[in-house]
Amino acid sequence: MAGLLTKFGHYTHAVVRGIPASLATEALRSSQADVDLDRAHREHAEYVAVLRTRLGLEVVELPADESLPDCVFVEDAAVVCGDTALVTRPGAESRRAETEAMKDALRKLGLNVVEMTDENATLDGGDVLFTGQEFFVGLSKRTNQRGAEILADAFKDYAVSTVSVTEGLHLKSFCSMGGPGLILIGSSEHAQKALKIMQQMSDHRYEKLTVPDDLAANCVYMNLPDKGHVLLHSTADMFPESFKVLEKLQDYTLIPLSNSEKMKVDGALTCCSVLINKTANI
Amino acid sequence: MTTESGPESAEKQQQQQEEKTKGASQTSASQTSSPQKQPEQLPAAVGHSTPAHKQQDPSEEDLVSHQSSTSRLSRSPLRGAKKVKIMPCKIALLDGTEYTVNVEKRARGQVLFDKVCDHLNLLEKDYFGITYRDVENQKNWLDPCKEMKKQIRTGPWNFAFNVKFYPPDPSQLSEDITRYYLCLQLRDDVVSGRLPCSFATHTVLGSYTVQSELGDYDPEELGTDYISELRFAPNQTKELEEKVMEMHKTYKGMTPAEAEIHFLENAKKLSMYGVDLHHARDSEGVEIMLGVCASGLLIYRDRLRINRFAWPKILKISYKRNNFYIKIRPGEFEQFESTIGFKLPNHRAAKRLWKVCVEHHTFFRLVSPEVPPKKFLSLGSKFRYSGRTQAQTRRASSQIIRPAPLFERSTSKRYNMSRSLDGAPISENHESLMKDAGVVVKGDSIITTVTTEKEEERSEQEDQAQAEVPTEEAQSTEAATVRPDTKTDSEQTDFAFDGDMTPTESELDEDSEMRTQDSSTPAEVAKHHTNISELKRSFLETGSDSPGPNEWDRRLPYSPTHSPKPDDDPMIEPLDPQDTKDEQPAEEPQDEPKATEAAGFLVKYAVTDASHTSSGPHGISLSTTMDDDVFADGTLREAAEEAKTPDSLASERSLARLSPGSVRHEVSKAISDKRGRLIILREAEGRGDAEGRGDAEETSALNEKNQTGNAIVGEKLGKEVKQNGSVKIQSPKLEIKSVLNDIRGVESPKKAMAFWITEEVEAEEKSEHPVPVATEEAAAVATAEVVAVAAAVAVASEGDVAVTTGADVVVARTTDGEVKEDESGRGETTQQQESKASAREVLDEEATSVVQIATTTLAVSTLGIVSASKTSPVVEDEIAVATESKPEVESTSPTTVENDASAKETPVVHTETKTITYEAAEAETNGDADPGVLLSAQTITSETTSTTTTTHITKTVKGGVSETRIEKRIVITGDADIDHDEALAQAIKEAKEQHPDMSVTKVVVHKETEITPEDGED
Repeated sequence: MAGLLTKFGHYTHAVVRGIPASLATEALRSSQADVDLDRAHREHAEYVAVLRTRLGLEVVELPADESLPDCVFVEDAAVVCGDTALVTRPGAESRRAETEAMKDALRKLGLNVVEMTDENATLDGGDVLFTGQEFFVGLSKRTNQRGAEILADAFKDYAVSTVSVTEGLHLKSFCSMGGPGLILIGSSEHAQKALKIMQQMSDHRYEKLTVPDDLAANCVYMNLPDKGHVLLHSTADMFPESFKVLEKLQDYTLIPLSNSEKMKVDGALTCCSVLINKTANI
Repeated sequence: MTTESGPESAEKQQQQQEEKTKGASQTSASQTSSPQKQPEQLPAAVGHSTPAHKQQDPSEEDLVSHQSSTSRLSRSPLRGAKKVKIMPCKIALLDGTEYTVNVEKRARGQVLFDKVCDHLNLLEKDYFGITYRDVENQKNWLDPCKEMKKQIRTGPWNFAFNVKFYPPDPSQLSEDITRYYLCLQLRDDVVSGRLPCSFATHTVLGSYTVQSELGDYDPEELGTDYISELRFAPNQTKELEEKVMEMHKTYKGMTPAEAEIHFLENAKKLSMYGVDLHHARDSEGVEIMLGVCASGLLIYRDRLRINRFAWPKILKISYKRNNFYIKIRPGEFEQFESTIGFKLPNHRAAKRLWKVCVEHHTFFRLVSPEVPPKKFLSLGSKFRYSGRTQAQTRRASSQIIRPAPLFERSTSKRYNMSRSLDGAPISENHESLMKDAGVVVKGDSIITTVTTEKEEERSEQEDQAQAEVPTEEAQSTEAATVRPDTKTDSEQTDFAFDGDMTPTESELDEDSEMRTQDSSTPAEVAKHHTNISELKRSFLETGSDSPGPNEWDRRLPYSPTHSPKPDDDPMIEPLDPQDTKDEQPAEEPQDEPKATEAAGFLVKYAVTDASHTSSGPHGISLSTTMDDDVFADGTLREAAEEAKTPDSLASERSLARLSPGSVRHEVSKAISDKRGRLIILREAEGRGDAEGRGDAEETSALNEKNQTGNAIVGEKLGKEVKQNGSVKIQSPKLEIKSVLNDIRGVESPKKAMAFWITEEVEAEEKSEHPVPVATEEAAAVATAEVVAVAAAVAVASEGDVAVTTGADVVVARTTDGEVKEDESGRGETTQQQESKASAREVLDEEATSVVQIATTTLAVSTLGIVSASKTSPVVEDEIAVATESKPEVESTSPTTVENDASAKETPVVHTETKTITYEAAEAETNGDADPGVLLSAQTITSETTSTTTTTHITKTVKGGVSETRIEKRIVITGDADIDHDEALAQAIKEAKEQHPDMSVTKVVVHKETEITPEDGED
């Protein structure tokens, strides 16, 4: 709802999904690192706990599906904005089935679910950056123009601009929203270039916060009642330099989360949840 | 075309009639115009420029009235002049109602806008505007600075009141009533789908709409179904209505104004809020949309924004033909400025986009509007946003001290009804006008297809032109150069944002010659046409004495009669078309002078031309006019003159002066008329070269000219000349009546004026006979020149419409004068004419370099409108060039052709030629347009039993943009039975169909009627 937008980052619900054992061996990945499945489970449990207990969100936890090794990365399966949820058509064919459970969950939450049925369209939620005022869609290995068009159709209130992602898996592999009008961006060349493009394409002005590590730029921002600005970020252990940058954020509640194992299969913090603001839905 | 020209054409007719009746169209124009809103300009201009004419008018009128059957017509103009045409305007208001208000036909857009705003009780009106649908059903903003009729052209006078600049922050508007209208616009935007939004947003906006219009939710009063009577979305569902009602219930106590503020707060966030979309294609042909908004230019592919250029990033915006360009400031990743081009469906679309960009940039980015460039010579459109900028309007709004006006909010039930915001049924008036228009056209028509638009800019030029005019006042010469307003369609629009201005190129440029000059060129164009035909002839005939009629002749119904008899003594008769009366009188004197004088005239013309060219002072229009001819001919002529003996020179000069004066005169008139067109013609030819061909060419040229007027005669003459060498050429009297209607004159609503000048110069020359060429006519180079210039101006009100379509140019050019210097027997001849002739020939046939030249010259003039007739300066010393120019006063009656001056001679073939030019485009006046480089030119001719179509295609490149100009000359030969109007309409229609991407910018209609030679002497 364009006008009724509550504060950017206000969420009431989150959809997450369990980690299948197949993640360790079969999940898609761009590196060859071995995944410690137990540790991955622990990290994910902490992630869910933060959402549910510390932040007070109503968390819908979908069961893992062994046939879908990447299913924990629910972000790619749906894009939710306001009362509308776009169930995507992931670029990786092995992940297409992930949307089924997501679709059902979103419907149960009362969202207006839009499905991407066009077989020429692909879109991963990880390529979708919603700034509160508009969408940027990374055209990547996983997301194409058609997918972006469908997203634009689903969210008519907003401008949808495309940004080409030349390196990295997703657009959000090197950026995310760090607050209203604040873009967290990695320092790599392609990340900086993408930011420039986004700034040029937008009618709005965005502040940027550049962190040394691209992966550290992927954080989960929320603005919750009684809690103010909340930022879930990778731990200082993982990205010490980037943490120093994030530490400078004033009036933020910084919540470090260890995400080392999922990161081995290209999973960032935003990947593991779909955040929903049910109060905005009438 | 036909449709477009409808209303205007009718006016034209009137104008023509008026012109005919009144020799001095100017006066009439002034009269007519004066009542209208632009009294200032025209009257003054007229007064200065055409005093002589005015004086003459009466006499001529009388003559006309007596002689011509159409005498009654002469009166009509007068009546018309007193009348102020009132047009009922229907304006679709934002609340769905229609407001009808009467506006003077020549009123500018501002008048209507102000009336509507008054009606709406709206003070913060700078955000709004009035739209109308053009022929292509595209929405255009009514330019407040230009006459409505010139913008609307043929369409019905139906408008819509709309938001033009969507304030990014509506809360900053001062008055609730302003917000209310903005809300109404947005509701329409939403319901129509122009402003896409989500279901949730539809709900929210709908709920505020309900609150605003119906007040608090009250089931008892409203019932439960009240909501379904309102429209909130393109596809309204029951679910939506229920949601709206749910929200509506929560707004108890909210005032309408508050609800509107909430509505706007939500609407303004929509990504497409205030984005004006235009279809286009990128450099690779991919369909995209260009969106103009407060912050800059957005590029969409489907629904996706693929690029955005904020105003500060844009250095320049321009368009050429159907291309739209933006020059981008180098960014971090680039070192150099880059220019990005987009293809729009057509030129109009490109221009429309450009204008919208100019306006948005100015409104939102600048503190105050840019002052339109003064350009005499510079390229580029003068179009600039002239209203207040947002900053200014905010400042002004803060001064509003009136108590908040009470106003009633209507219901959005209106959305249930089909709205006709834009189009409206054609009123009877229009239809009738159209019919009339149709009637006007006759004879062969030349349709020039060009992609350009002229329209709006003319006015400016016109103004300038007018200013200039005074200087020109020339004498009453007959030379009629009509100066079209120079506005061209081409518009070069360069827009320099943020300081950089660059001249953009306009389509016209490329079209170059023709185009560019549209304004300047009408004459030129005409010339071209004529030239082409002439060239062909010359080609065909060249060298050959073959008396047989050539194609053209055959086509000409009356050719036989027209054809002058070889035997006739060379005479130069300036015939003035009826319209010319005013002018004619002046001319006559000149004409009357015998051959020598005639020669002088010719020379004079040349001189004048030269002077024009040289003298920039005249103003754009003048310069433009001069363009082609002037350049080429002028210089040549001058040279020739120099060559001549002093004596001859002197004499010539004296004569020349006259002519120049006349030329100027006309020009000035034309200018003054503004809409006036130029007409030009002229030709002179002198050919004194020993070489027969020179003569032949000349003659051919003449012939061609004549064709327009009386081609035949010319040819004959030419032939004779050739044969005889030193033979005398009789210059048949050519009467050319050309009526030019300028449709264009944007601002000058006044009636068009027509000037005709016919000059015939016959010079016989034998270069070979150095001797007494001078002494004898025979020796003399015969140049026959007929200059017909008709500037008809547009009928004030009507003309506009037509403007787009046609411009007329009648040009008969023959220029060249050869000068022989016999003085004492010199047998020198300068062959200007030849060169020209040859050039033309080349052009026609080959369209080669020659063409280029011509084009270039034209291009140069860019706007140039009328090329002054160039007479062939055949300068033969006093020799026997007998030129007799008779200004004919006859307005309508063909019979009255007279050669008073030429009395000596003999057989005169009288032809009545009417030339009507409809110009759509106007050239902008800059004389300096680049000529462009000619890429190719070809001429194709096809014939049927009654029609001959000659297509001349010229491709030029100018400033990196290529332009294609197609000229079609269609000669319809036949008896009176032929429905010329229909034929023309058909021709235009076909031309449009064949070249959908192009627009018809000029339509020149020459109607030639044989007149039985009567002795009518004026």
